[in-house]
Amino acid sequence: MSTVSSHPPRTRRNVELVLLLLAVGIVVLAYVNVSLAVNNEVPAGLTTQVIGLLVLAVGFHLVLRFKASYADPVMLPIATLLNGLGLVMIHRLDLAAGRSIGEAQGTRQLMWSALSVVIAAGVLWFLRDHRVLRRYTFTAGAVAFVLLLLPLLPGIGRSVYGSRIWIGLGPFTFQPGEIAKIVLAVFFAGYLVQTRDALSLAGRKVLGFTFPRARDLGPILVAWILSLGILVFETDLGSSLLLFGLFVVMLYVATERISWIAIGLALFSAGAYVAYLIFGHVQTRVNLWLDPFSPDSLAVSDQLAKGLMGMAAGGLLGTGLGRGRPYLTPFAESDYIIPSFGEELGLVGLFAILMLYVLLVERGLRTSLGVRDGFGKLLAAGLAFSVALQCFVVVGGVTRVIPLTGLTMPFLSAGGSSLLANWSLVALLLRISDQARRPVAELVTGPNATSDAPTEVVAVR
Amino acid sequence: MNAPIRRISTLVALLFAALLLSSTWIQFVQAKELQERPDNRRTLLANYARERGQILVGGNPIARSVPSDDELKWLRTYPGKDLYSHITGYYSFTYGAGGGIEGAEDALLSGSSDKLFYRRVTDILTGKEQSGASLELTINAKAQAAADKALGNQPGAVVALDPKTGAILAMVSHPAYDPSVLSSHDTAKVQAAWKELNADKSRPMVNRAIAGNLYPPGSTFKVVTAAAALESGKFTEESSIPGPATLDLPLTTANLPNDFPGACGPNNRVTLTRALEISCNTAFGWLGMELGADEFRSQAAKFGIGDRLSVPMTVTPSSVPAELNEPQLAQSAIGQYDVRTTPLQVAMISAAVANNGIVMKPYLVDKVTSSDLETIDQAKPEQMSQAVSADTAGALTRMMQKVVESGTGTAAQINGVDVAGKTGTAQQGPGQPPHAWFTGFAPADDAKVAVAVVVEDGGTAGNEAAGGRVAAPIAKSVMEAVLGR
Repeated sequence: MSTVSSHPPRTRRNVELVLLLLAVGIVVLAYVNVSLAVNNEVPAGLTTQVIGLLVLAVGFHLVLRFKASYADPVMLPIATLLNGLGLVMIHRLDLAAGRSIGEAQGTRQLMWSALSVVIAAGVLWFLRDHRVLRRYTFTAGAVAFVLLLLPLLPGIGRSVYGSRIWIGLGPFTFQPGEIAKIVLAVFFAGYLVQTRDALSLAGRKVLGFTFPRARDLGPILVAWILSLGILVFETDLGSSLLLFGLFVVMLYVATERISWIAIGLALFSAGAYVAYLIFGHVQTRVNLWLDPFSPDSLAVSDQLAKGLMGMAAGGLLGTGLGRGRPYLTPFAESDYIIPSFGEELGLVGLFAILMLYVLLVERGLRTSLGVRDGFGKLLAAGLAFSVALQCFVVVGGVTRVIPLTGLTMPFLSAGGSSLLANWSLVALLLRISDQARRPVAELVTGPNATSDAPTEVVAVR
Repeated sequence: MNAPIRRISTLVALLFAALLLSSTWIQFVQAKELQERPDNRRTLLANYARERGQILVGGNPIARSVPSDDELKWLRTYPGKDLYSHITGYYSFTYGAGGGIEGAEDALLSGSSDKLFYRRVTDILTGKEQSGASLELTINAKAQAAADKALGNQPGAVVALDPKTGAILAMVSHPAYDPSVLSSHDTAKVQAAWKELNADKSRPMVNRAIAGNLYPPGSTFKVVTAAAALESGKFTEESSIPGPATLDLPLTTANLPNDFPGACGPNNRVTLTRALEISCNTAFGWLGMELGADEFRSQAAKFGIGDRLSVPMTVTPSSVPAELNEPQLAQSAIGQYDVRTTPLQVAMISAAVANNGIVMKPYLVDKVTSSDLETIDQAKPEQMSQAVSADTAGALTRMMQKVVESGTGTAAQINGVDVAGKTGTAQQGPGQPPHAWFTGFAPADDAKVAVAVVVEDGGTAGNEAAGGRVAAPIAKSVMEAVLGR
């Protein structure tokens, strides 16, 4: 199967426009549905709101038409739909809590959505070629390191319900891990493109696996220690898993060596197990996960139990938007937005939402397959996989596949940092997909193009 | 690098497959179990969002839901206050449904019962507001009020049955409580009331008529011993049996005395009829030993003792000890030692005698109706067992009539109606006042009502209480209420 077709390539921008209008249509329908269910009336000022939404979505679409005309046509509609559905659910929870427009989470989320879309459009507008990012490989590494450590700094670090993954500056709170995810992907991609040959070729064969040389184990050990540090000091399994999973997968993609995954899994499992044995808070989380309904667990937190009961209340078809009681679960609009959807849209609706993420990730991986340069491949694969892994960590946490963590659901959950990061992530993927799908003749040749274009350069060291 | 990317997409597919599985497990496989958890607030709120069915007595609600403008859309009220507390039970947001019909028929009242499935589907399709089913009880409002008034502030219980059907006409347990204090939406008040009710030493939340610490039946149990004697074929109502002032018990230094000084008849002998009439302990103690433990126990079992019953509330089974030596048997034959009965069970014994020896299954719910008054279910009287032959039942009736006519139960006489009955004074321990009992039925030839009354610790009469003086008048007023006198 080859993604390079012999047909004259098409931009598919019109397909994107149709899908985008469909996405906006679904969001508007959901919004009206909520208003009818809760207040028994069509929301006031609906026309203005629809126009506002259309301006944002179509505006982004126009940026793509001008600046990345060969970009993937499905990503923007999916991101718009997820963002919109999240807004509707947050608004629905505002109504249930009786919050006024001024203090409503929905208002904040709407403002952040607009800002994020504008910033994402800005990324597309100014970043003409993703390979430029490779120049900032080590800057990105340093920035990511700082971002990850920020929550631990006294004064600005905030511990929210046991997880120290927030920073607070005055009235603003921020999850730096969300941004770190992208910056790290850039760093890993740049670093691995340079060192992949050393990492993939040297080594000795044991039991069919080619194991790396001891001195090449350095980077994976650093990533491992950093992720364990997050698990122990920021007490967040989700961030830890996300960071380490991202690194191991990118390492595997770069080196094509399955032994890296084996080593990574072994290291992480061992580290997590030792952390479980030593640290009380890790044990608490694990006990909550194993038996959320035991009296001991309920005394610590009944959030998991309430979320499960909420999902059970939804059943197959759900209660209908605005007709369930998702507000009974704490953090129903952020960490627990997935159970909120499960309750009101049912198993069917939840499946549909999960499928949207699958599609988004699949388009990202397809971009990675299609793009010609190694850096782009690694970056796209890393970004796409990070979305998949984050969904797994969040949904797996609330449905008891893994212990619960404090991460947000991309695009759906309330939270400015999350929206900003994920819209930027999609912008990067769109940029790379434009390069991937653009015919060779039309490729932009930037200042770095000549040195970056051949992907098989061997970095000698 | 493309091969690993393809493998990564397989990994992604696996990750999401795990999520689809886990959410299916929760929202489909486990959903029902999760929703039925008692701590599931969503289910509670959903129940409160529907109008709960009424509990009716003679067409008047004794429990009904009225619209409320707080988060819980309906407030449960009990217009009868504490008159029906042990029948309705309570419906509390904090403590759930329990204590009576509210708990036992929760599924019907809340509308979640499978019996209402088709109706629910139709309601959804026609867009009708959903509501629970209403229950019409077998209770006779006048009999219930009479029993409540007659028992007054004495702790104890009254049960009245229709002997022919088993329908429960009255069920009173004192002390009672007002279920409205538990159904209130003011959580703090409800919690305080709940604590107070549970801490109360007089245990107002226990339905003494069917549960609680069962009572020794005392002399009312002599009816069972007499039934066993007649059924054995060795005795008739006119048989002369020993009735000395005290019965010498084997294996022990303790003897069995009468409640009154002296022997039960000339030459220390007495007829069976006379023995029941004056409640002669020695004669029945002797009779018990003469018949043997097996015969005695099997007669008790035929009256329903030891059976598990739900009316629909669960009735604590009454019991006769499994192992009885001779002196224990003599004590058991007069309803002492470890024989324990509920007032309902004692009423069932009288009802069986009144109904040609046939025990009918007691029940409390006569009719289940939907919110549009359509009948969903109608109770059908059910036979439980044939306790004694019709002849024996006739003989027992005559003997019990004598008790009321000229024996210990004269206080139960009703002008112009033949009443049959038996008194009881159940000793507890030394120094403790006895429980006063009366059980009987009327009219004797074509019974409309059978009753059992127990007044704990002899009620206000104290140590000298005899069932005849304290319990019989209560039974009398309940029977009068049913007979319309």
